Amino acid sequence: MIAFVVRRVLASIGVMIAVGLIAFAMFRYVGDPINQMVGVETSVAERAQLREELGLNDPAIVQALRFLARAARFDFGVSYQFKQPVADLIGARMPATLELAFVASILSLAAGIPMGVYSALHRDSALSRLFQALSLIGISLPTFLTGILLITLFSVVLGWLPSFGRGDVVRLGPWWTTGFLTVSGLKSLVMPATTLALFQMTLIMRLVRAEMLEVLRADYIRFARARGLSESAIHFRHALKNTLVPVITIVGLQLGSIVAFSIITETVFAWPGMGQLFLQSIQNVDIPIMAAYLLFIAFMFVTINLVVDILYVSVDPRLRASLHGMHG
Amino acid sequence: MSRADVDLAKSGPPPPSLVARLRDNDLVASFLSSKTTAAAGLIALILIVAGLAAPLIAPTDPFNPAANFLMDSLTPPRFVAGGDPRFLLGTDDQGRDLWSAILYGLRISLMIGAFSVLLGGAIGVALGLIAGYAGGWIDSVVMRIADVQLTFPAILIALLLDGVAHALLQKSNREETAFLVLVVAIGLSFWVQYARTVRGSTLVEKNRDYVQAARLIGLSPARIVVRHILPNVMGPVLVIATINLAIAIITEATLSFLGVGLPATEPSLGTLIRIGQNYLFSGEWWIVAFPSLGLATLVLSVNLLGDWLRDALNPRLK
Amino acid sequence: MSAALLSVRDLRVEFAARQGPLIALDGVSFDIAPGEVLGVVGESGAGKTLTGLAIIGLLDPPSRIAGGEIRLDGERIDNLSPARMRVLRGRRIGMIFQDPLTSLNPLLRIGDQLTETILTHLSLTRRQARERAIAWLGEVGIPSPAKRIDGYPHEFSGGMRQRVVIALALCAEPALIIADEPTTALDVSVQAQIIAVLKKVTRVHGAAVMLITHDMGVIAEMADRVAVMYAGRIVEIGAIGDVARRPLHPYAMGLMAAIPTLEARAGRLAQIPGTMPRLSAIPRGCAFSPRCPRVFGRCEAERPPLIAVGERRAACWLYDAQAAPAAARAENSR
Repeated sequence: MIAFVVRRVLASIGVMIAVGLIAFAMFRYVGDPINQMVGVETSVAERAQLREELGLNDPAIVQALRFLARAARFDFGVSYQFKQPVADLIGARMPATLELAFVASILSLAAGIPMGVYSALHRDSALSRLFQALSLIGISLPTFLTGILLITLFSVVLGWLPSFGRGDVVRLGPWWTTGFLTVSGLKSLVMPATTLALFQMTLIMRLVRAEMLEVLRADYIRFARARGLSESAIHFRHALKNTLVPVITIVGLQLGSIVAFSIITETVFAWPGMGQLFLQSIQNVDIPIMAAYLLFIAFMFVTINLVVDILYVSVDPRLRASLHGMHG
Repeated sequence: MSRADVDLAKSGPPPPSLVARLRDNDLVASFLSSKTTAAAGLIALILIVAGLAAPLIAPTDPFNPAANFLMDSLTPPRFVAGGDPRFLLGTDDQGRDLWSAILYGLRISLMIGAFSVLLGGAIGVALGLIAGYAGGWIDSVVMRIADVQLTFPAILIALLLDGVAHALLQKSNREETAFLVLVVAIGLSFWVQYARTVRGSTLVEKNRDYVQAARLIGLSPARIVVRHILPNVMGPVLVIATINLAIAIITEATLSFLGVGLPATEPSLGTLIRIGQNYLFSGEWWIVAFPSLGLATLVLSVNLLGDWLRDALNPRLK
Repeated sequence: MSAALLSVRDLRVEFAARQGPLIALDGVSFDIAPGEVLGVVGESGAGKTLTGLAIIGLLDPPSRIAGGEIRLDGERIDNLSPARMRVLRGRRIGMIFQDPLTSLNPLLRIGDQLTETILTHLSLTRRQARERAIAWLGEVGIPSPAKRIDGYPHEFSGGMRQRVVIALALCAEPALIIADEPTTALDVSVQAQIIAVLKKVTRVHGAAVMLITHDMGVIAEMADRVAVMYAGRIVEIGAIGDVARRPLHPYAMGLMAAIPTLEARAGRLAQIPGTMPRLSAIPRGCAFSPRCPRVFGRCEAERPPLIAVGERRAACWLYDAQAAPAAARAENSR
């Protein structure tokens, strides 16, 4: 087991380095960093001097390693647009995105799994059909459209919820700001979190339903019935457990994409998070921010993948056994 | 038929081709029997035709700034108070006739969707066939790249590729190259799914009798792959392609909505919605409403078709 | 003669298909006495498994029971509500399936699956149930049962798993076990062991067995009587010795002749020409008539019922005194 974990961690580090090199390539070779940083009036001589100071004339390998080393210390350089350290900019906005992603994840799981289970167990009920229809809409509607729909209903027509911003936030510690502790903060969270969660929720619901239907067809379920076990024992002790194990993997991976999709939600609701920052960087070709965001996302996904892999192996006894068998 | 083909036929039939299965009664019966599917098919067809015929049926050309009715910007739809009979669905902030803009927007959304699916599909199928048939280090490399790309959601990849492409092409050309960049960015974000499926099928087909026979006869690998294996792995590819079409359309709309897709001078449905959102609170609801409706209907019907196709082609459900 | 434990009369099972209902079982009738082993033999698709599933009430739609009666200890069970049928399953009728690997939930320990079954039917404490479970594992021949009870299914070999399956099916002490191809998925070397276990355990606990298989060797080892099925009907039923050595029905004759024996001279293996008809194309009259070497007029016109020939019965016009008097007399005089 330890060997497995170590191998996976090493693989993850490998991926991070690969992504880091891509980020470096972007950073260094897309456009000219010097031209982005200085104004038109700067003379050629000054540019050359700057180039030398920043080490841009060193061999590529050296620059790459320097970049990676700095990245490992969270030093991503200075933004072209804002002339501020990228790390600070990202740090200021991270709490907003993370809180949003967290609430959306919880929501999508808490709603998606029960709906999936219900529509598998009661395939032909009216409620199931409703869920099916909702899931189709959830998958079809682009996230931004859902957001606009919610805004139209709850802000324009009903006036219940704010349509932009985070509301009032409370500072916790040197770095974190939270919207959980104020009423306006919570109100502001409702629509963005729902929008973000909707797509994931429908995905989870469909997955759980499909997986559960598949499991209910299995021989061991038939044998359990032949032994006279009660329906609830069959559904919840046998079927559900077997359903959730493969679902864990996919859900874990999907959770990562919530952070990616937050870009869209943050735009619709003018939510001051990392996603918005990234989008601006794309529009303005602010390479340092783009590179840093890429690394951050990669790190997050790689970590999530790692955790899910380990979780999967520890939950399914067959995989655990095959790992033990791989010694020697 | 050449001698080689005749010998091939004797070694046992390959599995029934997609066309043969499509002609099977069950499929047509199931399509017609479900009212929603038939309706979805019809609607999708109408939208596709309307979009493609946009230059012919739209009253104005929204991509030509000279044709905009700047004086009449922000006019409500014809059937609402204050409307103008010239503008069925009203005008936007640039004075564009919304009805025309939606038609052209449909057109460009469909085109980008179709081309990106074709691009992604072509690359994916090709790489999948090569990786599956050749095996060895080629297989490992392709699959490794695929795995890394798969850890990220497609939209992020598309966004990144879009940004990098524009950075490389310099800002001044953004509007001209938008179409191409979008097709490439979205297409490249999708190839992995095709590659994986096709690789899997290729691995299975590689060991079947008719392929072994072809190799014994001495047919070149390229010939075997293209003429014999390819037709037999196309089934699942078609299903993926239909699903991907809807996703491609959504991705393009999203990128346009975010401001990194099609610009306001050649608006797609996503761009129109972006513009419209700014006017939501000031009362010009139509700029958001109608493009949204169009987009939602398009994607919904394509999705329903994809669902039906997937269920119908799934051998296990038969 | 003691009252039958299981009594099946005129059982009809239908499949709903697009073109109209297909008849999968057409008037199946037989009895099983308490403690008796009835073998049910026939080719794939003859309806053996369906009969078993119908009895235990596990027919999945689109199949359903369309007629006939099934009685357990004299009471009808084919028309019970699902809730009441569930009470019966495991406690009075048990069933084991072909593949031991997929019959066990891979994520639950063997012990948990056993105690769960025991506790569902018998009111015991957890500890008592666990002790029972260990005892059962010992009875089916699992070594070191107290240690292995906490193992997972994948930690057992195929033969061991099937023993666990047998234990699971019997641990609530049902009076009837339906065993559907219990050895087919196992290695040949293991098959004999499993049959031995099944034989011993059912005898000790007084359970009757409906042994479904296409393997005559298994039947010969274990069955008291045997029923031969063809195209959804029983074509012959009688004591194992009689049917095996002197089959009456031409199909049964073909089956027995097709079994290669070590003593017979090597030559071509006997075959029954043709194949069993599909459900949508069952011939009028006797279902075997297109392939029967002794077919005559009446066979294609009218379907033969099970005709008594001494203690045995065969669904063949050859044994009807009016239709083919010569054959019938010859048989009855033996």
